[in-house]
Amino acid sequence: MSTEESHHDGAEVAARVERRWATISVIIIVAMALLAAFAGIHRATMPQPRVETTDPSRLHLSGEFVESNLGSVLETNGNVTVRAIGQQYSFTPACILVPADTPITLRATSADVVHGILIQGTNVNTMLVPGYISEQPMRFARTGDYLMPCQEFCSFGHEGMWGKVKVIDKTEFADRAKGGGRLSCVGQ
Amino acid sequence: MLVNRKLILAHFWLAFAVFGIALTLGAWQMFIRSPIGTWLSNPELYYRSLTAHGTVMGYVFPTLVAMGFGYAISESALEQRLVGVRWAWAGFWLIVAGSIMAVIPIALGRASVLYTFYPPLIGNVFYYLGVVLVVVGSWIWVALMSINLRVWRKAHPGAPVPLAMFANVAGSYLWAWTAVGAALELLLQIIPVAAGLKTTIDAGLARVFFSWTLHAIVYFWLMPTYIAYYTIVPRAIGGRVYSDTMARISFILFLVVAMPIGMHHTFADPQVGAGFKFIHSAFTALVTLPTLLTVFTICASVEIAARLRGGRGLFGWIRALPWDNPMMLALAFSFVMLGFGGAGGLINMSYQLDASIHNTQWITGHFHLIFGGAIVIMYFAIAYDLWPHLTGRELIDLRLIRTQLWLWFVGMMITTFPWHWVGILGMPRRMAYFDFGDPGIAPQALSVTLSAIGGFILLASGILFLVILARGMRAPQTDAGPYRFALAVHQPATVPVALNTHALWVGLMIALTLTNYGYPILTLALNEGTSVPAVYVGAQ
Repeated sequence: MSTEESHHDGAEVAARVERRWATISVIIIVAMALLAAFAGIHRATMPQPRVETTDPSRLHLSGEFVESNLGSVLETNGNVTVRAIGQQYSFTPACILVPADTPITLRATSADVVHGILIQGTNVNTMLVPGYISEQPMRFARTGDYLMPCQEFCSFGHEGMWGKVKVIDKTEFADRAKGGGRLSCVGQ
Repeated sequence: MLVNRKLILAHFWLAFAVFGIALTLGAWQMFIRSPIGTWLSNPELYYRSLTAHGTVMGYVFPTLVAMGFGYAISESALEQRLVGVRWAWAGFWLIVAGSIMAVIPIALGRASVLYTFYPPLIGNVFYYLGVVLVVVGSWIWVALMSINLRVWRKAHPGAPVPLAMFANVAGSYLWAWTAVGAALELLLQIIPVAAGLKTTIDAGLARVFFSWTLHAIVYFWLMPTYIAYYTIVPRAIGGRVYSDTMARISFILFLVVAMPIGMHHTFADPQVGAGFKFIHSAFTALVTLPTLLTVFTICASVEIAARLRGGRGLFGWIRALPWDNPMMLALAFSFVMLGFGGAGGLINMSYQLDASIHNTQWITGHFHLIFGGAIVIMYFAIAYDLWPHLTGRELIDLRLIRTQLWLWFVGMMITTFPWHWVGILGMPRRMAYFDFGDPGIAPQALSVTLSAIGGFILLASGILFLVILARGMRAPQTDAGPYRFALAVHQPATVPVALNTHALWVGLMIALTLTNYGYPILTLALNEGTSVPAVYVGAQ
């Protein structure tokens, strides 16, 4: 800097450039937050909104997660509800049976420690925390078999905790559902 | 004016020694779960290793680096002997004691709960007590940084606090407050159960407490790196800091907004409602601001160095940079990794996109790229830069240093890019082995193998780093002169009180934490019947 004046100019230029960059940064951040809010409100996809609790030490005795109520059920409105539990080191049912092209609600919880459900090739992904009920909406476009590993460390047998999801044709599922009861891959 | 060199060297050496051990464990883990390893007959060994790797890399290694670097900054930036040297040594020995106390139950397989604890899994009580001692040791450092700054202020009323020290103290306050979340989880929830006083624990509440620590701890790891960006790099490559004010604003923003955002780690959890998930997501978007400002300021500072060296043109100046200078190289690598890692981070914190990659290998790839890559490579650079001042001996072999940095960068790329990819394919985290014979998993085999190779490159680089430092202890003596920090283009004569003190910002940090965490924690704590039986690890 040769003179005091040009030194001063330089400082002003620096401040102006900085301000511009800061403004651009803030605009990017606000735009991101607004996009997330918009998509959330339109329910394109969003994390689980509600908190529901359950007592893991009484799961097998009464309520929604007794063994006879686990599996898939066709509701009267045509939707399907799947109830499942995770425990060291398996899921019940180990293989979930669901129809393609149908709105499905997955309701699940843990009977002991923290587990997670992740269905590969989809964005179905939720934690199973003992004491709380996880709920996930899902819908499968294609029939086929999907792997469903436990995605959270649940002690020494974690690496062996893999479940499956079998997606079958909608009419075939409806046929099987006629008999009532809760469906899984058993007998498939 | 580095007086207490032994103290600083002790911190760095212990940090890098435990880093070397944890790095070796990490490389073994990459290998053993890849298709080139054979299945472990006892998968539990993998989780012992994983717990040790995470505990050391998350709690011990970066904390020691921040402490050693903090003491060096305090003495050299303030040009003042460290006040409370005995306390500093006490803090150091607490960390040594805590680390030993924690590692014994881990090695015995009595605490394979991973560094994230995961109650209701409960390990041996000494593991948790060891972690607590490490944190208490680091809190002594926090207090000392604050006291030293106060002493300096008394002697220099109204003078601008040197940027390095201003940032260092901001980082120490951030750590003090962010550690409170895990401390509450340990003291109120886990330790009473591990000690046998209680048998039930609220896992959901514990996860929220831990999220309080889990995110801002990353910014604590990041602080030494950002301090190096602003106050070492420009000096080392012959430039100036573009803006002292912007630097202070960035550090203040980190202090305030790094904290109340941790619940983006619990998007997939059932114990937090949608409202607070969204608030935390939006606040996480805000934390990109200090990084965007930093990228701008540092690029501008580097450009100044290039133009002073005769660089011309819109981009032509990049060629004029001192690329043979290890600091320049480390900065460039760090920025590339920060760019990719940061972009991945935006996906993780996104209210919508997180579901696609939550708890997959993508996440592991992400934080290894950010922490192991962008942050740790600057830890290396800090050590190289400080070493001659600490040992009074010269690091002669610059080529070896450059090789080490290159290996780390290339190794990190080869490790983390395939890691991200298999995460998108849905590969879960923290598994001792995978059945690559399963047609659903077979397509991931090649990527996992590549990652394992990258792990070995990282191990080679880590060993080289330790060799360079060890050789530096026996190199010919030299007088490195006083340790200096970069000056700004417009070095401030006075600084507004708000940019020269921390009180206002610490107040804001605490207030925002209370608004963003108070209600969820209170409702979870008051919620009856959500405590579940503890599951003891290694008890069978």
